[in-house]
Amino acid sequence: MRNFFDTLVSRQDMIQDAFLEHIYLSFVAVAIGIAIALPTGIIIARYRRYAEPVIGVTAIFQTIPSLALFGFLVPILGIGSPTALIALIIYALLPILRNTYTGITGVDGSTIEAGRGMGMTRTQILRQIELPLALPFIMAGIRTATVLTVGIATLATFVGAGGLGDIIYRGLQSYNNALVLAGALPVALLAIGFDLILKWIEKRATPKGLKN
Amino acid sequence: MIRFEQVTKRFQDGTEALKDVSVVFPTHKLTVVIGPSGCGKTTLMRMVNKLETPTAGDIFIDEKSITGLDEVQLRRSIGYVIQRIGLFPHMTIEDNVSLVPRLLEWPKDRTAKRVEELLELVGLEPEVYKERYPLELSGGQQQRVGVVRALAGNPNIILMDEPFSALDPISREQLQDDLRNLQREIQKTIVFVTHDMDEALKIADMVVVMRDGKIEQVGSPQELISEPANEFVRSFIGPNRINRQRSFGERKLKEFISIFTGEPLGDALQVSGEMKIDDAFSELETSGHSYLQIVDGDRILAYASDRDLVKAALLKEEGEKV
Repeated sequence: MRNFFDTLVSRQDMIQDAFLEHIYLSFVAVAIGIAIALPTGIIIARYRRYAEPVIGVTAIFQTIPSLALFGFLVPILGIGSPTALIALIIYALLPILRNTYTGITGVDGSTIEAGRGMGMTRTQILRQIELPLALPFIMAGIRTATVLTVGIATLATFVGAGGLGDIIYRGLQSYNNALVLAGALPVALLAIGFDLILKWIEKRATPKGLKN
Repeated sequence: MIRFEQVTKRFQDGTEALKDVSVVFPTHKLTVVIGPSGCGKTTLMRMVNKLETPTAGDIFIDEKSITGLDEVQLRRSIGYVIQRIGLFPHMTIEDNVSLVPRLLEWPKDRTAKRVEELLELVGLEPEVYKERYPLELSGGQQQRVGVVRALAGNPNIILMDEPFSALDPISREQLQDDLRNLQREIQKTIVFVTHDMDEALKIADMVVVMRDGKIEQVGSPQELISEPANEFVRSFIGPNRINRQRSFGERKLKEFISIFTGEPLGDALQVSGEMKIDDAFSELETSGHSYLQIVDGDRILAYASDRDLVKAALLKEEGEKV
């Protein structure tokens, strides 16, 4: 245990850099993931016959083992953070896409029918009815994607993109358990931290009328 | 006035929901469209605000064809109440009611005043209910909000698609009464779709009976009962309702044979079974006989004293089926 704290102190700079790198990778990946998956989810909720194939493709990506996906991408994109980011984005897509789609299609048809009958345009229905009512689902998808990404980002080290995976890998190679722990613990804390924050946001995002 | 002119609606799967329908919904009247499920009544109503478009024919509002009108604008000018209420659960009652005024971009103070006015109209204290959410209200209260939401933009026409069918019987009765009273005040042109004959007879100024995409009869509730156009309308109204509406005195002696006596205990006057109860009473009185011998041609059906006639009346009062 003392060994662990000594490591933390002596490698403080390195751990801190890796930690920030890790946050950067996860954050950018999820942000881009949202930017892609949210509009796509809205579109496939409107044109439902495309929903099955689009979600299917992202689900197939999800089944590729993460280490293998990083491996696939290196010959194409070389090493470095873009490669890591693309892999992470691919993993972030499915939870956000699927939850956006489920959230919007799950909105009670009678409320939409009422909106249409009272003269709301499609955009008004989307913005004033569908999205607010689907928001808790969408937030839950983003939360899942974030926690997933924080975990998988440890593998970014294998494509030279840094992150806390660096520390863990280095610890493994030098049989230094304290160093492994110094990398793994922050990852876990980061995942838990993001989870709590996003859970809180998710709660706030639930429309007031739907809470009991 | 809403006028349908030879309107046909064929859906993509080939089913014909409406077959060459022509009908007029008069201004300021509550017209109920009734028929068994699948008869096209909802399709008919949904055409008024262009939620469905005709395959052939045209619809006119105040003699102006709606074909060329912008559907969004048209819908904002027509009130719409749906069966499953369809309040927006994430909006307060105030936001729900003010939806159409907000779409029409009314000034804020006018909208706010309108909301208060409307909530009071259906007996929901604005101060108490304005800030509440739909799920905090009972089903009956929710549909009251649904009704006034349709009134908010001050439309001349209101479409109601089985608005009370999801409610419990007590709230339903209450809302029917309220709608009747409300209509006396607001005088809108209302198209009300239902499959419930009691509801139709209770609230309608005019009833349109439909079957298989065609109109079977148009008339006031009284006309429907006294002169059903055909066997379908008669059976759809139901013989019980028709009988209940006819006053007892109008009914014929032969309808009560089962409760009359087989043998006379005094002198009897021969009358036909076709005689009305009213006439039978006066006949007994003026002739001085104590019994009527009710005959069908040569056949004696039964004997009845004035006491038997009273007994028949009492049974009728108790609602017994005779």
